[in-house]
Amino acid sequence: MKKNIKFISLLLSLIIVFIILLKGLNVSKDYSNEKLNSKIDFSFKVKKLFNDEVINIEDLFNQEDLSVVNIWASWCAPCKDEHPNLMQLKDMNIKVVGINYKDNPKNAKNFLNLLGNPYSEIITDKDGTKSIEFGAIGVPETIVINGKTKSIIKKFIGPLSNENIIEIKSLINEKT
Amino acid sequence: MKKPKFINLILIFVLIFKTSYANELNSQVDQITKNLRCLICQGQSVYDSQSDFAISMKTVVKNKLDEGKEEKEIYEYLKNKYGEWIVYEPELNQNTFLLWLIPLILFIFGGLLITRKVSIK
Repeated sequence: MKKNIKFISLLLSLIIVFIILLKGLNVSKDYSNEKLNSKIDFSFKVKKLFNDEVINIEDLFNQEDLSVVNIWASWCAPCKDEHPNLMQLKDMNIKVVGINYKDNPKNAKNFLNLLGNPYSEIITDKDGTKSIEFGAIGVPETIVINGKTKSIIKKFIGPLSNENIIEIKSLINEKT
Repeated sequence: MKKPKFINLILIFVLIFKTSYANELNSQVDQITKNLRCLICQGQSVYDSQSDFAISMKTVVKNKLDEGKEEKEIYEYLKNKYGEWIVYEPELNQNTFLLWLIPLILFIFGGLLITRKVSIK
């Protein structure tokens, strides 16, 4: 009898461990903060790309509405891929604030001269710390911000696809 | 013109203070970044990684310490941006209580088993 209890408890614990490990196998190990609705502290200052003017980041965003931020760099190949999609946003009259990530200003300006400028305003982020304020992990990344609650409502990590553009458009139309 | 001796002395003190502050700041940055996960690297901490993200993160931690922020406040700030995953040491909450509790339960259970075996003998 005692032996049986020992055997059953051992078997049960083995089954529990097995189930836990099996469940763990299906959990995605890739980090994704796309669903994270973090708040942004809008109290820092930034420098504009074209005229070196220093402004408060707050001044760039619509306090009542949604804003779109795109983090890019001229050295980043996927940024080039998503560029036509960003131009589409411009054609839809959607304002996009660009954050130029760890880039040479001259190269950044050449990139825009060559491919067109989809941004309503561009700020520089020489050391990458401004992008961290937006919870970014690299380039390209696009973030939709609610100006009223000062929080991120949607994040697109990687180059924007056509579907992403439609989603951004519907998010903005929903709000207005 | 000869500089008065006490000015030299003050300069030496300032220099010593500055280097010791810089050393302390750097060791604090190292300590914090060792507990931060590099989100774009495989199995590396921010301290170990030389990726663009990790380098920026080290600058952010240094800036926050310069502003007078405490270690805990920096973790909270980063958790708000990147979630719980950014720190290596998970917090005790309803999602992680099993993680913290199971080793303790196993330890107590094992201890009991050993004492029972010993007392039987």
